[in-house]
Amino acid sequence: MELIAVLAIPALASALSLSPIGRRFAAPITLAAAILVFLIAAEVAVQTVRAGSVTALGEWLSCDALGALVLALVALVAMTAALFSWGYIRLRGPTKTKEQNYYALYNLFVLSLLAVPTLANVALMWVAVELTTLLSAFLVGFEDTPEALEAAWKYVVLTTLGAVLALLGFLILYWGSQIAGYAPFTWAGLVGAAPRIPAALLWPAFLLILVGFGTKVGLVPMHTWLPDAHSQAPASICALLSGVETTTVLYVILRLFPVVGGMPALNARPWFIGFGLLSVAIATLLLIYVRDFKRLFAFSTVEHMGIILVAAGLGGAEAHLGAAYQMTGHAIAKSFCFFAAGAIAARFKTQEIASVRGLARFAPLSALTLAGGAFAITGAPPFAIFVSEFLIIKAGIASGQYLTTGLLAFFIVIAFCAVMFHVNRMTFSAPVGSPGVSGLPLSCKATLVVAAVPLIVIGIYVPTALQQLLRAAASAMGG
Amino acid sequence: MNSSPFPVIFALDALTGALFLLTAIGVVATRQVLASLQLFITQSLLLTISAVLLGIALGSVHLFAVAAITIGTKTLLIPWLLRRTVSAEVYRTREIDRVLNIPSSLLLAAVLVVLAYAVANPLLDAVNVPFAPVNLPLGVAAMFLGIFTVVVRREAVPQLLGLLALENGVFFAGIAIVPNLPVIAELAAAVDVPVVALVFGLLTRQIHRRVGTTSVGRLAALREH
Repeated sequence: MELIAVLAIPALASALSLSPIGRRFAAPITLAAAILVFLIAAEVAVQTVRAGSVTALGEWLSCDALGALVLALVALVAMTAALFSWGYIRLRGPTKTKEQNYYALYNLFVLSLLAVPTLANVALMWVAVELTTLLSAFLVGFEDTPEALEAAWKYVVLTTLGAVLALLGFLILYWGSQIAGYAPFTWAGLVGAAPRIPAALLWPAFLLILVGFGTKVGLVPMHTWLPDAHSQAPASICALLSGVETTTVLYVILRLFPVVGGMPALNARPWFIGFGLLSVAIATLLLIYVRDFKRLFAFSTVEHMGIILVAAGLGGAEAHLGAAYQMTGHAIAKSFCFFAAGAIAARFKTQEIASVRGLARFAPLSALTLAGGAFAITGAPPFAIFVSEFLIIKAGIASGQYLTTGLLAFFIVIAFCAVMFHVNRMTFSAPVGSPGVSGLPLSCKATLVVAAVPLIVIGIYVPTALQQLLRAAASAMGG
Repeated sequence: MNSSPFPVIFALDALTGALFLLTAIGVVATRQVLASLQLFITQSLLLTISAVLLGIALGSVHLFAVAAITIGTKTLLIPWLLRRTVSAEVYRTREIDRVLNIPSSLLLAAVLVVLAYAVANPLLDAVNVPFAPVNLPLGVAAMFLGIFTVVVRREAVPQLLGLLALENGVFFAGIAIVPNLPVIAELAAAVDVPVVALVFGLLTRQIHRRVGTTSVGRLAALREH
């Protein structure tokens, strides 16, 4: 029942945004819907911890702990980003119709993200992933500048290309599960059928899905579209794209791990570690040379996706707990970083790192949020990502995978230095000229305060319910 | 190959597959944007024919549904959507400037087809399915050629047609390996494909209006400096 509501509410909000009521109230409607969805998603998460899984509509909708974690993260960021949109989008001065279209698409985009972890049938889940791209294309191109349209084009071409490759992978998986005897085409059904699927089928299916959906996650070398899309979209959309869209698709790849793990002959781990480390390494290099502060956070997303993939590849309960915790920390911190970056870009009318100087003097709130976000995302204590990266590295050392763990730790430290170098210059160096006088809309300030709460809290104190959810999610990733 | 239980249909399907591959190569090599679109429509018709042939041979109602959906969306709805959204000016465009010239493109296309057979063979050795020996390697080949098209074409509409040809390739393989995919999945795919075309069409129009060109391969404002 809850799962139906989670999907029905954004659909309704989207329709209302387009209706005459939406002319004046599209933003508050979207926000109210997002708050409602978040509360229900939290309830779903609590239920999955207690009962193992939540289902609805017969067996069509189903959510286990890992799915519920992703569902709750999407709902959380959708809520803060809706609040941020309220003032931020109006600041861009769109026409009434364009604003209504924005909120209608916003709700549909959130709906497609929420559908990925809730749809039980794997083929339908593929459709949901594909829709996340198509529904967000015009949100990426919202600014209607040549750069934004270029970013939107690259985004849809490359991620659709990846999704079609993944489709062949899923068709081969279905073929395999048919050969293995009757099994429902769900993740649980696939895990059950996997030992009887011929390796010659499972293997290409795994690679096609890893590379295909890896494109959408932003794994190197298929990441080229990501910094463009994540820097040209409005900040509220960047928060969703970087904070949770990547994680949602990565979730699908992580789901494959127990499927392939059922066969001793195949070893998925080197692939996870290989793609993961490559992404972390290249993203770290690009972080050093980056000139645009929204691209800075975009590359940091590539780095984090790599870290989570490495954590999954290291294997073992502790590393998987680290991966689940990292997904949580990343969604919260990265969305916060983009809100802070969006606030600065709106004020200074530029995204160039070199043009923003002396924030601490002119704009103390912006300086505080930018520095805070940067510390949180790079894994400084006492933030959540410090804890999760520590867990992952500890697990890597405990299982004797010294080379992988050493490289991972090395790149994490370099990335920390690179991000801090840029942010430090923006915050503390001597100001050049005087910045624009445009103040921030109230809703943007409110977002920075609201989004700071989970950012600060979960590093210091993880509520028991969340702890149990993370443990259960980690065990769903398989051994 | 003669061990197939349906010799006549098998031969017809092989013929359809050969023509299907030719259209995929055509989409890579054609300069005229309009001709690319016509080749894509032909390719979709061939996919439909193959689905009907397999449907008769395997007695699968699902495949008739696939055939009906393909005809409806890919030969009628998508061309109509593209004509509505993209201006006629774009269709008259000839692509003079390509990333790779046509002879080299064709040579690479031939290599890709051989590669497709090499990739598909281990799967065929592992599992014996009636029509997979025709449809799987040719579908994979069309898939490779679709990716290739997206990479070498600079115009927006041919890039989109490359993507759709790639999807046709996946379905061409799909109808042989999973003839009984749940109808709900087919319906969802049927909704998905026109949405792809619509989004790309609208984006093309927006780019044309805003940037003055649809040569998306030349857009390079965004990169690391």
